[in-house]
Amino acid sequence: MPYGPHTSADRERMLAALGIDSVDALFADIPEGLRASSLDLPEPEPELQLAARLRGLAARNRLDLVSFLGAGVYRHWSPPAVDQILLRGEWYTAYTPYQPEVSQGTLQSIYEYESLLAELTGLDVVSASHYDGAAATAEAALMTCRATRRERVLVSRGVHPHYRATVATYFEGGLELDEIPLVAEGDGAGTTDLAALERMLADPDRPVAGVIAAQPDFLGLLEPMPRIGELAHAAGALFVAVIEPVSLAVLAPPGAYGADIAAGEGQPLGIPPQYGGPYLGILASTDALVRQIPGRLVGMTTDLDGQRAFVMTLRAREQDIRRDKAASNICTNQALLALAASVYLASIGPHGLRDVAALGAAKAAELEAALAAAGIPRLHPGPYLNEFAVRVPDAPRVHRRLLERGVLAGLVLAEHEPDDPSLADGLLVCATEVTTTEEIDRFAAALSETLTGRPPVAVEAGAG
Amino acid sequence: MSVTGPRLQPTLFERSRPGRGGGKIPHPPAGALDRIPADARRTMPPALPEMNEPDVVRHYVNLSQLNFAVDTGFYPLGSCTMKFNPKLNEWAARLRGFAELHPLTPDEAAQGTLQLLWELEGALAAISGMRAVTLQPAAGAQGELTGILMIRAHHRARGEGDRDEVLVPDSSHGTNPATASMAGYRTITIPSAADGGVDIDAFKAALGPRTAAVMITNPSTLGLFETRIGELLEAVHAAGALAYMDGANLNAIMGHFKAGEAGFDVMHFNVHKTFSTPHGGGGPGAGPVGVGDTLLPYLPTPRVLRDDDGSFRLERPGERPTSIGRMRSFVGNTGVLVRAYAYIRAHGASGLREVSDDAVLAANYLKHRLAGVYDLPYDRPCKHEFVASAATIKHETGIRTLDIAKRLIDFGFHPPTIYFPLIVEEGMLIEPTETESVETLDAFADALIAIAAEAASDPETVRAAPHTAPVKRLDEATAARQPNLRWRPMAGVETPCPD
Repeated sequence: MPYGPHTSADRERMLAALGIDSVDALFADIPEGLRASSLDLPEPEPELQLAARLRGLAARNRLDLVSFLGAGVYRHWSPPAVDQILLRGEWYTAYTPYQPEVSQGTLQSIYEYESLLAELTGLDVVSASHYDGAAATAEAALMTCRATRRERVLVSRGVHPHYRATVATYFEGGLELDEIPLVAEGDGAGTTDLAALERMLADPDRPVAGVIAAQPDFLGLLEPMPRIGELAHAAGALFVAVIEPVSLAVLAPPGAYGADIAAGEGQPLGIPPQYGGPYLGILASTDALVRQIPGRLVGMTTDLDGQRAFVMTLRAREQDIRRDKAASNICTNQALLALAASVYLASIGPHGLRDVAALGAAKAAELEAALAAAGIPRLHPGPYLNEFAVRVPDAPRVHRRLLERGVLAGLVLAEHEPDDPSLADGLLVCATEVTTTEEIDRFAAALSETLTGRPPVAVEAGAG
Repeated sequence: MSVTGPRLQPTLFERSRPGRGGGKIPHPPAGALDRIPADARRTMPPALPEMNEPDVVRHYVNLSQLNFAVDTGFYPLGSCTMKFNPKLNEWAARLRGFAELHPLTPDEAAQGTLQLLWELEGALAAISGMRAVTLQPAAGAQGELTGILMIRAHHRARGEGDRDEVLVPDSSHGTNPATASMAGYRTITIPSAADGGVDIDAFKAALGPRTAAVMITNPSTLGLFETRIGELLEAVHAAGALAYMDGANLNAIMGHFKAGEAGFDVMHFNVHKTFSTPHGGGGPGAGPVGVGDTLLPYLPTPRVLRDDDGSFRLERPGERPTSIGRMRSFVGNTGVLVRAYAYIRAHGASGLREVSDDAVLAANYLKHRLAGVYDLPYDRPCKHEFVASAATIKHETGIRTLDIAKRLIDFGFHPPTIYFPLIVEEGMLIEPTETESVETLDAFADALIAIAAEAASDPETVRAAPHTAPVKRLDEATAARQPNLRWRPMAGVETPCPD
C-alpha cells in the first residue's frame, strides 16, 4: 500500500496486543454468505507509471483550441497566488471547522468570504458555499417555498438550462415549477417575458413562492431585473437573482434592485474550468431570511479571554443538529473554492475586478464587430455584457467544421435548448479579458472561410 | 473588537489601504461599458479590500497556520476518514489537460477526461458490487438525495407513489433524515438494539406498504458491522421497499463486503473519505452513487458512455427519458474525481483491501489501548472506528467529553468526533485511518489516558483547555444571539463608480 506506515513488525505488534493471529479475525463478524467476491481491479501502479498514465490521459484532451465557449463557465486570469495559497496543506487537508480553537484560519477565511460576497451582491447573509450555481439556485428555490409556505416557483427560461433542470429535480419531492417564456421578438427578444410573468403570477389558486431570473441571462442579455422583482413582490413572492460574480463589479447588485436571494456560480473568481467542478455555489440573502438559508454560516465572536474569534453559528438550521427538520441536507460544501474566490478577490482588488468585467465587455464588442464583418449577425438586439448569441446557418455543422480548424466556436444552442426554435441557428459565444485580438481574427477568418469557402477580407477590429 | 491575540490576524478589510494593489489586469479602453444601460449599472463600487500581493500572501499564510490539518498532525475524526491526501493526486488534478478543460467541450476534444471518468465508474462498481455508477453528485449528501429520488421514481413508475416513509436508525448521520425530508418523505426513526446494531425486529415491525426505503450505514456509525443485514434486506424487499446504503464507512470493508452483492439497491461513496481526496476545510467532495438493476433506468443525466468504436461521450439531453434528471450543472466535481482515480489506481485490488485491513487493525488496537480507562459501550471487534465514552469519568470527576476533546489539542492532537452518534452518552467516535503509524496511535492513546488521570488530579486544567491553541473556547451563545456574519465597512469611505 503506497501511503501506509506499517511494517510487518508493526502489524504483528498490534495483532499480538489484540491476541489474534490475523486481521481476518476482525472481519469474522461478516456472515459467510455476505463476504465479498474478489475485487476485480488492476494491480497497484507505482507512482512513476501512474504519473505517466495520468499525463497521457490529460494529453488526450484538446487544449490547442481557440475557445469562445462560456455558457456558465468562463476563462479568466487567476493570479498564481491563488493556487499557491490553496496548495498549503493547512488549508486543503483540514476538515470542517467544528473545533474552532484549532480552525481559526478556515473560520476567518469563511467570514471574509461571506463579507466579500455580501459586498458584491449587496445582500447581508452569505452561506459558506454550495456545490455549484445550479445547486445553489435549487436551494434558493426551496428557500422561497419554506419562507412563504407556498409550493410553486417560476423560473425564467433565461436561466441556464442546467440550473432549471436541477431545480426541477430538487422539486421532485412535491413542489411545482413553471417556466416563464422569453420574449420572442423585438427589442426585448431573449429576455424574460414580463407580460407572461404577470399572467402566471395572477393565478389565485396557485400562489407563487419565488420568481427566478438571471442577470445576465443564459443568452448573455441584460434582464429588466428591477421590474421582475416588482412583479414578484406585488404577488407576495420572493425574488431570486441568478448572478455571475465578476459582472457584479459593473452591474447593479441584487441588493440594489430588491432581490431577496442571490444564487450563482463562483467559478469565474479564480477557479479553473476542470470539466465541471469543483466550483463554488454562491447563495446570499437578506437578513430577513437568515433562519431559512441553508448551509454553514460563520460569525464573529470572542473567546473566553475576550480575543476576537470566529465560529460556525446559527447551527439549528443544519442537518447534524435538526436531522429531518433541517433547512437542507447539505454537509460537505465547497469551502476550498470559497477560499479560492476570496484570495482571487483580495489579489485582484475592486479596481482589478472592474477591469476584468469591462475588458471582457470590450473584447466581446470586438468579437461582435469581427463576426458581423464576416456576415454573422447577433441573434438578439438587446444589450449584453460579454456573451451573446449569433445567427449561423446550419450552426451544428459549422461548429464542427470550426473545431477541425482549431476553433471552439462557443456553444451550439440547439443542443442545449432543443425546444426553442428561435435558437435553432444560434451559437452562444463569449469573450473575457484573456481573449486576444489574434484569437478573434482567427475565429472570424475561419468562420468566413467555412461559410463562403473563400478566405476572408481583412477585418478592422474595433470596440464598436 | 480588537485583535489582541499574538497569532491572530486582522481581516482583509482592516489590511486594506486605498490605492494599494493593481498590476494584474490591463485597463480596458474608455467607453467599454457604454452599451450597458444606466439602470443596469452599479452605482457604488463594492468595498472590496485593496491590497498588494505580499500582504495578501502573508494574510493567508498566517491564517493557514491557525489551522490544524492532516498535513500537520493526527486527526482522528470518527465518520470523516481523515487519511493522508497523496500529493500525486494534487499534481494530477492540476495537469493543464484536466484543469483547463471546459465542461461543455465537445466530446471528441475531451476524450482523456471522459475515459478517466468511465474507468472510475467501473472501478467504483467493482468495489461496491453495483451494476452502474453516476459520478455527478457533488457530495455524500447530494448522493443520498440522488439515491432517494431514484427510489421515488421507481415507486412512481410502479404505481406505488403513495409510499411516503423512509426508515432510518437513530444512529444514522443527520444527512439521512434531512435527505428523506428534501425528497418529500416522512422519516421514521428506529431505535438501535442494545448491542448497537440495527434492531431487526423493530425495523420489520415498521416496514409496510407505506415504506419507500430504508437507509442503513454499514458498518454503522458506531463502527460496527451490521451482522443481520441479510435478514433485514430480505424483509425490506419483501415489503416492496428498497434499501439504501450510506457508504460513508466504506473504508472499513473494501474487499470484504460489497453492498450490491449483499442486496442493497443503491449506495453512495464519499470519495473525500474513502478515496483520499482532501476535505478542503469543509469541501469539496464528491458523492458518486452506485445502483443495482432496479434503479439503473433512473440514474441522473448525463451518464458517460462508451460507443462501439471505443470513443467516449456524454449522454445527450433527453436521450434517456426515465432519468431523474440533473442533480447539478455539468458532469460532476471532476477535479475531485481525478484525485480519486489516481488513488484507486495507485492501490489496485490488493492495496484497497489492505487499506481496509489496516484501518480496522488500527481502530481495534487503539480501542484496546483505551480499555479500562474509557468506557467502551460496544465491546466487540470494531471496524474502522469505535465509540469510547467518558460517562464514568464524568460521573466521577465532572469532566465531560467536550473537556477531554479540548485538552487533546494541548497534546497536539485534533479531537475526535464528539457527541455523535447521539445515542451514546458522552461519546467520542475515534477513527484513526490506515495512514497513521503505530507510534502515533500509541502517543494518542497515552494522551487520552493521561487526560483521564488529569480529570481526577487536576480537573481545572482539563476544564479550561485548550491552553496552547490560538484562541480559548469561544462565546458561541453570543455568536448565535447577535449574529455578526459579515464585515461592515466604515461609513463614508465609499466613492461612486466612475462612469
